Amino acid sequence: MKQFLESEVFALSFTLLIYFLAQQLQNKLKLILLNPILVSSAIIIIFLLVFNINYPIYHEHVRLIEFFLKPAVVAMGVPLYQQLERIKKQTFIVLVCQFAGCISGILSVIVLAKLMGASKEIIISLAPKSVTVPIAMEVSKMTGGIPALTVAVVFIVGIFGAVFGYTILKIARVTNPISQSLAMGTAAHGIGTSRSMSISSNYGVYSSLGLILNGIFTSALTPFILKLLEHWL
Amino acid sequence: MIRQCAIIFGCLAIGELIVMITGIKLPSSIIGMLLLTIMLKIGWIKVDWVKGFSDFLLNNLAFFFVPAGVSLMFYFNLIKASFWPIVVSASISTVVVLVVTGWVHQLMRKRQSNETVS
Repeated sequence: MKQFLESEVFALSFTLLIYFLAQQLQNKLKLILLNPILVSSAIIIIFLLVFNINYPIYHEHVRLIEFFLKPAVVAMGVPLYQQLERIKKQTFIVLVCQFAGCISGILSVIVLAKLMGASKEIIISLAPKSVTVPIAMEVSKMTGGIPALTVAVVFIVGIFGAVFGYTILKIARVTNPISQSLAMGTAAHGIGTSRSMSISSNYGVYSSLGLILNGIFTSALTPFILKLLEHWL
Repeated sequence: MIRQCAIIFGCLAIGELIVMITGIKLPSSIIGMLLLTIMLKIGWIKVDWVKGFSDFLLNNLAFFFVPAGVSLMFYFNLIKASFWPIVVSASISTVVVLVVTGWVHQLMRKRQSNETVS
């Protein structure tokens, strides 16, 4: 039995099945906190612990799944191209606000975490927290953070942004719908984008543009900013 | 489908090659994404040639990070020890990003539309 539970086919099909069920649950209940990734990760963790299966064995078998993260980032080139064609005249404005959002996000999280006494390793893992998981993980790996911790923080940020984002923007008097949806994608990546998508597909388009552009800026700027602040951390 | 996969994996491979040769501090996948965007822009590649596979990848993006989610089981203690610094700094910083991005965009937009009027 254990041999079966530790086989590659089982690991793959089990992960697929659990994720599928978690997705169905989300479709039924529509609660942001019941995110399919959170739910299925939790179930799989419990399963591995209960049946005493070593994580390295499981991980080796599901590497095929993780492998698709990189081509998925490449695939973002398609919506990036399509949306840049749409916003032609506004491209400069969008790039400037993305740049400002990116820098303020990286700097503020580093400074706040440091002031609250977080260790260097944690601060590095927090730096790319605003961008979509596959990019944040790459940046975390590249700069010497803990990719798994980065994934967790990216989730916290996404859920926080999706739940409170539009309210915060209203309080801050950001009323223009394009500015709002761009900010949602920039700050809260995919989870914020699906929140915008639920308002209208037009909002979703600008959010996903924010998500992609902030991903590019963050991967370019994070190593640089961390290097500048190295001695202080 | 083969052409679609070949283009996307090809962009990724060229990205890796560029990283290897130049030692540039940028993820290979980001370079691949930029290459794809540029080739679509100059018309070497048509959107139809990659649309099916890229939609598949992007629509199922969340599933691909389940393994990373599971690996969190090793970091429970670390997260517990620094729970508040992590949650508070990430949340406040998210407010900062929202407000800065929104404000900058809104201000510049107003300025641009004023210029076109005058």
